[in-house]
Amino acid sequence: MSKQLFIQDSVIIRNGKVIVNGKIIHETDADQKLSSFLKSIYKKQNFKYPKFFKMDSLSKLGYLASEILFKNKEPESKTALVFSNAASSLDTDKAYAETMNDFPSPSVFVYTLPNIMLGEISIRFQLRSENIFLINEEFDPGYYIDYSKVLFEEGKASKIVCGWVDLHNSDYDVFLCQISPGEGYDFNEEELKKLYLPTHE
Amino acid sequence: MSDLHTELKKSIIEQLNLEDMEVNEIENDEPLFGDGLGLDSIDALELIVLMEKDYGIKLSDPQQGKEVFNSINTMADFIEKNRTR
Repeated sequence: MSKQLFIQDSVIIRNGKVIVNGKIIHETDADQKLSSFLKSIYKKQNFKYPKFFKMDSLSKLGYLASEILFKNKEPESKTALVFSNAASSLDTDKAYAETMNDFPSPSVFVYTLPNIMLGEISIRFQLRSENIFLINEEFDPGYYIDYSKVLFEEGKASKIVCGWVDLHNSDYDVFLCQISPGEGYDFNEEELKKLYLPTHE
Repeated sequence: MSDLHTELKKSIIEQLNLEDMEVNEIENDEPLFGDGLGLDSIDALELIVLMEKDYGIKLSDPQQGKEVFNSINTMADFIEKNRTR
């Protein structure tokens, strides 16, 4: 029998802002360089995870959003990750291609897949769970709902983090939310769309 | 501390993105891997690239790499003896 699922906490990183459950917790000039913006979040939130500095920008976005989402409670190890984006790891792919003209960089090469971000999050939070990274043209709530329901019905996850972490030409757009049985907003397309694009933003 | 030791520390900090680390925080005889700086296998590959790019040294024997990358001192000694640029 399928359990009813709900959306709990959510995080948005967009236009120089970090928004948790609808409240802005960090804000900088939207034109600030991406690397500086990401570092400012890390410093302001007082995170202590030196591997952050070795990640590519896509993984940094996913890591920071997860760290913020799990700030008050470490996730259960069976928390599955269902992520997607439109640009895959294109920015890093291009950066790596440029290094090939001289000395190819091993540390850039290892980030030339978007699901590496899921590995980084799993390592940080010691998740031993299912994960998938889908490439879609745009944020599509239907994919998260279908895949998440199957994971719960098959007993493969106790919680799920659904995520849109997109980066293209340094333009970023991040939305993560936590799904589980219990309480919160109904886990349906309409609620996901509302949380992804809040009207008051 | 020689110029080469300082140069190596600066390069390692920059190349390996050790952003929270200063040159004077790396000891010359401190192990680079394991309990010392805590570098990993990808960092080792970056160090191999650094040796070739900056000093014209090609390392191909993994056992040799283990000895050369033991510390800043061992790296500097090896570079002094083998550099081509």
